[in-house]
Amino acid sequence: MVPERGDVMRYSGFRVLLEGLRGNRGWRPAWRKPDPKPAYDVVIIGGGGHGLSTAYYLAKNHGITNVAVLEKGWLGSGNIGRNTTIVRANYFLPGNSEFYSHSLKLWEKLERDLNYNVMHSQRGLINLFHSDGQRDAFARRGNAMLAQGDDAVLLDREGVRELLPYLDFDQTRFPIYGGLYHPRGGTARHDAVAWGYARAADQRGVDLIENCEVTGIDIDQGRVTGVQTSRGAIRAKKVAIVVAGRSSQVAAMAGLRLPIESHILQAFVTEGLKPCIDHVVSFGMGHFYISQSDKGGLVFGGDLDFYASYAARGNLPMVEHVMEAGMTLMPMIGRAKVLRSWGGIMDMSPDGSPIIDRSPVDGLFINCGWNYGGFKAVPASGRCLAHLMATGAPHKVAARFRLDRFATGHLLDEEGTGSQHNLH
Amino acid sequence: MRITCPCCGSRDRREFTYYGSDDYLRRPDADAAAQAWDDYLHNRDNPAGETRDLWYHDPCGTWVKVTRDTVTHAIHACEPVAGEAG
Amino acid sequence: MTQSHRIPGKGRIDRARPVRFTFDGRDYDGYHGDTLASALLANGVRLMGRSFKYHRPRGVMTAGSEEPNALVEVLEDGQHTPNVRATMQELFPGLHARSQNRWPSLSFDALAVNDRLSAFLSAGFYYKTFMWPPAWWEKIYEPLIRRAAGLGSLSGRHDEGRYEKAWAHCDLLVIGSGPAGLMAALTAARAGADVILAEEDREMGGRLLSDAPEIDGRKGDAWALAIVAELASMPNVRLMPRTTVTGAYDDGTYGALERVGLHVPTLADLPRECFWRIVAKRAILAAGALERPIAHPDNDRPGVMMASALRSYVRRWGVDPGRVVIFGNNDSALDAARTLTAEGVRILAYIDPRPVPPVEEFRVYQGDVVGTTGHLGLQTVRFRHRGGVSEIAAETLALAGGWNPTLHLACHMNTRPDWDEGIAAFVPRPDMVPGLAVAGAAANRFSTAACLADGAGAAAAALADLGLKAPDLPVPKAEDGVYAIAPLWSVEAPGRAWLDFANDVTTKDVELAAREGFASVEHMKRYTTQGMAPDQGKSSNVTALAVLAETTGQGIPTTGTTTFRPPFVPISIAALGAGGRGHGFAPERRTTSELASRRMGAPMIEAGLWFRPSYFPREGEATWRDSCDREVTMVRQAVGVCDVSTLGKIDVQGADAERFLDLVYSNTMSTLKPGRVRYGLMLREDGHVMDDGTCARLSERHFLITTTTAAAGPVMRHLDFVQQAFCGDWDVRLISVTEQWAQFALAGPRARDLLNTLLRDPVNAQGFPFMACSETRILGVLGRLFRISFSGELGYEVAVPARYGAALFDRLVAEAENLGGGAYGMEALNVLRIEKGFITHAEIHGRVTAFDIGMERMVAAGKDCIGKAASQRPGMIGPEREQLVGLMPLEGHASLTAGAHLYEEKAPATAANGQGYVTSVGYSPTLNSWLGLGFLKNGRARHGETVRLEDGLRKRKVQARVCDPVFFDRDGGRMRG
Repeated sequence: MVPERGDVMRYSGFRVLLEGLRGNRGWRPAWRKPDPKPAYDVVIIGGGGHGLSTAYYLAKNHGITNVAVLEKGWLGSGNIGRNTTIVRANYFLPGNSEFYSHSLKLWEKLERDLNYNVMHSQRGLINLFHSDGQRDAFARRGNAMLAQGDDAVLLDREGVRELLPYLDFDQTRFPIYGGLYHPRGGTARHDAVAWGYARAADQRGVDLIENCEVTGIDIDQGRVTGVQTSRGAIRAKKVAIVVAGRSSQVAAMAGLRLPIESHILQAFVTEGLKPCIDHVVSFGMGHFYISQSDKGGLVFGGDLDFYASYAARGNLPMVEHVMEAGMTLMPMIGRAKVLRSWGGIMDMSPDGSPIIDRSPVDGLFINCGWNYGGFKAVPASGRCLAHLMATGAPHKVAARFRLDRFATGHLLDEEGTGSQHNLH
Repeated sequence: MRITCPCCGSRDRREFTYYGSDDYLRRPDADAAAQAWDDYLHNRDNPAGETRDLWYHDPCGTWVKVTRDTVTHAIHACEPVAGEAG
Repeated sequence: MTQSHRIPGKGRIDRARPVRFTFDGRDYDGYHGDTLASALLANGVRLMGRSFKYHRPRGVMTAGSEEPNALVEVLEDGQHTPNVRATMQELFPGLHARSQNRWPSLSFDALAVNDRLSAFLSAGFYYKTFMWPPAWWEKIYEPLIRRAAGLGSLSGRHDEGRYEKAWAHCDLLVIGSGPAGLMAALTAARAGADVILAEEDREMGGRLLSDAPEIDGRKGDAWALAIVAELASMPNVRLMPRTTVTGAYDDGTYGALERVGLHVPTLADLPRECFWRIVAKRAILAAGALERPIAHPDNDRPGVMMASALRSYVRRWGVDPGRVVIFGNNDSALDAARTLTAEGVRILAYIDPRPVPPVEEFRVYQGDVVGTTGHLGLQTVRFRHRGGVSEIAAETLALAGGWNPTLHLACHMNTRPDWDEGIAAFVPRPDMVPGLAVAGAAANRFSTAACLADGAGAAAAALADLGLKAPDLPVPKAEDGVYAIAPLWSVEAPGRAWLDFANDVTTKDVELAAREGFASVEHMKRYTTQGMAPDQGKSSNVTALAVLAETTGQGIPTTGTTTFRPPFVPISIAALGAGGRGHGFAPERRTTSELASRRMGAPMIEAGLWFRPSYFPREGEATWRDSCDREVTMVRQAVGVCDVSTLGKIDVQGADAERFLDLVYSNTMSTLKPGRVRYGLMLREDGHVMDDGTCARLSERHFLITTTTAAAGPVMRHLDFVQQAFCGDWDVRLISVTEQWAQFALAGPRARDLLNTLLRDPVNAQGFPFMACSETRILGVLGRLFRISFSGELGYEVAVPARYGAALFDRLVAEAENLGGGAYGMEALNVLRIEKGFITHAEIHGRVTAFDIGMERMVAAGKDCIGKAASQRPGMIGPEREQLVGLMPLEGHASLTAGAHLYEEKAPATAANGQGYVTSVGYSPTLNSWLGLGFLKNGRARHGETVRLEDGLRKRKVQARVCDPVFFDRDGGRMRG
């Protein structure tokens, strides 16, 4: 049953006041906890950011509401809940550029769209460069961003100093030549994105089913017919695999072998501090990026641990490397203490770009290979997969995210590091 | 994480550079079908469990085939790559 | 100031060493051996901080690193450290500390208004509001939230403190030095094992220092001292006090943070902290247990603390707690009341919901605490009991809600502990971390005797694994009481009851989260922020979980627990990143000509890890361009000298070397004659260009190949792989000789003249033609000579063993200057190669194929090579791809910028219209024009067309003619001559 619009509790400052006066007893569940029905038009495997947003856009843009999202654990338990929360549209290759540009536009109206404050904060992102060659590469990127209709500013050293006076401009190993500034880049509150999409999808009738692990994909004569789950069989006309981090395992249930290798990416947060870093800063020489959460913790990360892993935890070499990068770039953070570290499992693809495509099985779709750029893609990824599933044709901004592009050589390799999965 | 280099013994992970699955050892013939090259270069079993992958011990230049578990990080065996290929 | 709350004669403090310190600008006295917290308490200061969200006044809750409330800033000259636990900061003369997260002062904090508005600031309220108007988020709401949030502050200045990192290896790492840890260390040490005993506290002994149960007829602290003394005397034991083991990692690697110099006033000889990586064959976690509070209304006032902390403050530091009420639900609470009474502390009431013993030396009540008063410090405690509700005045309320084993490290590999109903806590399972055993209270042993025996047993098991024989060591005699508990998580009574003191999470927040559907433990945590504060919920997570379980009606085992992740205690970024500051972040590689280059005034710039001279300024040259133009002209008209030692050099030898090179190069090397050099192109196996360089055949079985500077490491790794994986039975060996040879390029019409001033056997044009190589005697040294050119001029590269490099460079430059030439740097080198259309990694940037750079014919047809198959995929070739072209501005003095995009003359600069981009630019003094290299769709077919270079970033639009990328001396006559 799709709830009537009147049942939907709108969030607002007024509502917070009202409920506060009533002892906060009037708040209702953010989403239902339905049992699975025997059959759906669409089953989405994976209740992370991409799966939830796919369900939301299926309902909102295409009127397809007989949809179930099946989540093995709790909603948002994958990488949507463990990332460094950066939102940006600073890609330069045709194929990526238009997609992330589209995603950023969706971010910019997400709160009104979802009636949920995901704290999307366009505080500006600065990518530093440290040589003439890097400046030239960033200039190419910035010009691609402008051509895409997005914003980019090339800063010289003094321009960087003005924005980020706390960097070590005098004795860092790789001197700061300048930076590419992306004012519309920023951060968002990662969990809230999952919850906002979940609530909004639920309000449109989507069944969000937690603790429901998919154990098999039913295929009859080359066509998907449903899934087997820990909560019983569920029939479906269309099924989407949206389980970055576990894509290979779930796809294997349908006999598919993907161009994906799973890797660990660690991230870190410090104890709360008064405001000291107002932007997102990215230091390519050290693969180090940092921002400060609204709660005050410095949130930062680095490169992969570099070996295939599903352990969801990392080791010290990369921990120390990330901290060393922080200390050479901005030694003022030395006294901040790392509170917690965690490791997410990344779907690493052979060119660093994602896949949103049909699979060789009729009615089975796949959305995977987000490397470590999946968070900012959440809105457009769901939007484009929903479009593909509903219309049968790829959305124009995701047309190049094909599964067969590795076989055909139509690669989208932003880093230029080649087909080795862990180098992107 | 510690890996046993066949030449140098037990060493911290930071002395090694990772390449990927030992699929890379099974290079197709030059005239193999496109599918074989696609599988060789891109497609992976990517197991959650036991896997065999390739690590380079930077200080001595030895390539090591490591049998290990991708979930627990337990390392079961480390063998030189050179010993087995022809 | 007098230490008004110090009990005469009590405590493990050194009364002969008084210590003066300040807190919030006020002078206080304490003693050596005090922590900041104990010294403040001894001075009657209970208010030490403000809470995160509601800015509630807070005092010290604990006596350890798990402290949620008493976080302060420690000040130095021009620098300070935020979020320091007053419980962990040892007192030293001149310690200056101040409170944080308050304004204007600790006792009057304006943001305490939040406490009055708490009804509107419930869990997750911010997700529901601040959405209108949209533009206000970044401008108004977020800045307000950010300013209110956060705890301490950074100074904003570079951290100039000293930090270190170190490695240690051992047979057995013992973590914690209470009864279990000491017994484990002693047992292993006597067996001859290499033992490291790590203890977070400054003093070894753990709870024995605070509780002092009898062991073998001695007070526990005296027993501990004796054992520690024996351990300290043993050469196979390393005692590491002030060292917190922070993380368990793979294969017996542990991270540990030693507070080396944070307890002394001057840092002259000591780093502040040292981060250790300890590699242990076996480890024993004997970290004890952490006491947890009980959630009752207003349980967060200064003066409310854990009963175990109270025992520490009284016994270790001689703090007089005033009138005390104890609220507990287990036998250790009762034991605390008895012991404290025996120590002379006034226990006004012992309150326990369980049936209480009829006779004690203090008043006992069966009941629970339902409230407290006291704005800046506890004044009264209100409690329910069989006779009704009473309220009594007290300065200290000690909470004893039971013990949580300190099993965090055992969970660092993501395995979950078991729930134990008996002690209402999580307990470790076996083998959670390979090689790590848990012993003592951390393993659910709650009597001294059991801990001692468990420590000895764990060590014996570890010794057996290590192949060592356990010594015959009797377990000392000690109390063996039972620890009984009746779980009490929260008291049903009106008011707000705190769970997570540090993040201000109350039982109401958890109930609200559950009501809104955030009922899984991870959702509850993330929605309420329970357990996400600096203490990571050490004392509150289990209680919050229990409250959630009660709310949802599911049991605790079903509800599950959140994950413990490293680090166990927060670690400064500076300690984890020790060594990275400044130039320590990456190695620096220097050429043999560096000193001479610097002497000539050349700025040295980064080239990968190397440093190379940018240009060599001469008098009268105002800008780098002046020097660059002069150096280019010098090379074109006379001769230039350039250090090219940074290029990778790989020596390849063996009967099958030529076969091997045929496999790794796209073109054929086996046909190369000895004494000849060939340009070579290497592909990655995915068909893109990996690198280019030269391949010299020094003799039949001996090749020397070069790589670009940046790719030297990856190419060596790649060649080793191909050789070991595919050519294992071939006769070929390779080794990097990059650092063994210093190599210099001599370029220009007078290069031969220059060269012949130095050679024993001079060369001429015919005898040593273009692309020849040989050994040669240069200034008496056996070296190598190559006739190759990256400038397009007559060129040689001469190589000598690196130890002669500096001398040879000096001589080359001097001789070149005699011939009207001199040294040239990277800027000139770049212009020279652009004039000739030679590519670097600006062009072969990893997305480029041999086809794109017009070298598809170099992928030889008759043989296999690495990357050949993949290079023939349909997407890798074809007119839709961008191809290398030259670009010359229609107006020669119009400057070009690399990174500009290419458009058709009149087409708007949109992504859809993009035709390509510019990779390299330079001003050519030779051609009197700016030149560019770039990639243009179907570019080879478009020579002669005009395109627009648009650089929106720099607001530049330039019309340029597309041409062949070789701008100068297209037939190569100059370099062949």
